[in-house]
Amino acid sequence: MADAIVRDLQMPAARTRVGRRPLVNRKSMVAFLFALPLILIVACLVIYPAFYSMHLATLNKSMTKFVGLGNFEFLFKRNTFWMVVEQSVLFAVTAVVFKAVIGFVVAHFVHNIPLKGQRKWRGMLLIPWVIPPAMSTLAWLWLFDPSYSAFNWILTHLGLAGIPWLGNPYWARAGVILVNVWVGSPFFMIMYLAALKSVPEQLHEAASIDGANWFQKIWYVNLPMMRNIIQITALFSLIVTFANFDIVKILTNGGPVDQTHVFATWAFTLGIWGNDIPLGASVSLFMFPILAVAAGLILRNIRNRGNEA
Amino acid sequence: MTTATAQVGTTGRGAVRYGSIARGQKRALYWSYFFLILFVIFFLMPPVYMFITSLKTSAEIGAVTNPWWVYHPTLQNYVDLLSQAQFLTFFKNSALVAVCVVSVTMVVSILAAFSLARMKFWGSGMLATGVFLTYLIPESLLFIPLFKIFAFIHDLTGIELINHWWVLIFLYPTLTVPFCTWIMIGYFASIPKELDEAALIDGAGYLQILMRVFIPVALPGIIAATIFCFTVSWANFLYPLAFTTSADQLVLPVGIVTTLIKGDVYNWGQIMTGALLGAAPPLIIYAFLMDYYIAGLTAGATKG
Repeated sequence: MADAIVRDLQMPAARTRVGRRPLVNRKSMVAFLFALPLILIVACLVIYPAFYSMHLATLNKSMTKFVGLGNFEFLFKRNTFWMVVEQSVLFAVTAVVFKAVIGFVVAHFVHNIPLKGQRKWRGMLLIPWVIPPAMSTLAWLWLFDPSYSAFNWILTHLGLAGIPWLGNPYWARAGVILVNVWVGSPFFMIMYLAALKSVPEQLHEAASIDGANWFQKIWYVNLPMMRNIIQITALFSLIVTFANFDIVKILTNGGPVDQTHVFATWAFTLGIWGNDIPLGASVSLFMFPILAVAAGLILRNIRNRGNEA
Repeated sequence: MTTATAQVGTTGRGAVRYGSIARGQKRALYWSYFFLILFVIFFLMPPVYMFITSLKTSAEIGAVTNPWWVYHPTLQNYVDLLSQAQFLTFFKNSALVAVCVVSVTMVVSILAAFSLARMKFWGSGMLATGVFLTYLIPESLLFIPLFKIFAFIHDLTGIELINHWWVLIFLYPTLTVPFCTWIMIGYFASIPKELDEAALIDGAGYLQILMRVFIPVALPGIIAATIFCFTVSWANFLYPLAFTTSADQLVLPVGIVTTLIKGDVYNWGQIMTGALLGAAPPLIIYAFLMDYYIAGLTAGATKG
């Protein structure tokens, strides 16, 4: 506020006296000052650490000697590393596909019912996304508990055998994906519902007149109209899921025998617990290529849409 | 499996071809409700189970009874937890961190978004794209270098940054500032230019335009960004797990996970109570401000 008043007082005087354009445009100077805190935070706490981790990845464990690509050579020779790569990709891709499909289906159901009730249903369906993931994963951990599993109680009462939810590597992988899908699909549902609302009703009427059935309406009308949102949401979610930490950390902590580790949890185990910061940094750097590709695609998508509009 | 349910769910519409449209739509409606109920059961099962368990005594949890029912409900877990000094410390730390992070983030991102959306300067377009890209950098890529940088600052200046709850106030803005700036740019850009031009002609300074025109007009966006900011700083797990270890410096999520789980002895009644109390603040905010919450959620990915 004070700045504005000072400016109001000074500007006319300066202009009459000198009558020349100032060296730096005053408006852009103020604009730069407004953006300065943001620039500082992003530069010091995001950009610098991101590059610093590339430097860290080239040091030895005690961080005294430059070892070049030695850390990566070491990683490539370890079986666990390839298991983590496989599991990270499997985890992210499967979870995103399931989230997208469930989100798409549920969005259609919500869209189908009368507008008056939609708010209530939407409100209930979004709750998994609102609860902090660390807290809801604890509930899943308890649902999966080996001796008191509430799921197994239902299964045994239905006459089926109980499932070793987190004890068996395959079930553990499925469990981690299930929890991630549970947390993430409400987000897809909300995004797809917003996209569905923007599909003009006339298109559906025209399709009905042409004799399209419900599937054709979804496939030839809704899907193309929602394509942009579907892509952006999936790419966003791919980034978040690929970098997921909370769920795996709490649910399995990477076990049994490192079968469910993803990049983030393994980097944490090596870097913070194992005290080998350079190795942890090298592991987390492997997230970078996927993130870069997904980010590039999102940007292109947003730019394209900007041109269309 | 889900595609199969979708097919069944909307076959009612197939009736359009040979029955009356109204009857077909009615059947589609019933199927929609049926499957919505199934999905709501799936989505609400863990929080409901949390609540059920939180009302049980350890004895009832250990007994082989129906886990989905409470035979002797008791609030003992809540009383125990809320009278524990340690748990209240977690709550206090979480609340302080969240309040500080929200204030810092909102000031920084509103100023920056105003500057990037309206004032423009050399490189401002590039910076806006850059903000979006940094929003996509996850914390799991940053925590190791940040950890090392903080250790390095300690060696250099003697200021101990690791294992203090307030250090999270410096860390969470890496997640909240880029996102809030990004959605505020979207909201500010949608405000008609005539509004601030009129204010300029009336002799308002830039800060005045921001305070008197932009902030009131974009208030729904600001509320949405604030809610997002609070939720992120309340829920984050990775940063506090890596940066704080002493019991009196922990925030709620990490505190519950590390102190209530003692070795192999799981006191599930208390863990679920703690988890439910930890989830309560975001849930309460969501219950009252759902529309803002959803607006912020959809704005993040669609405004551009």
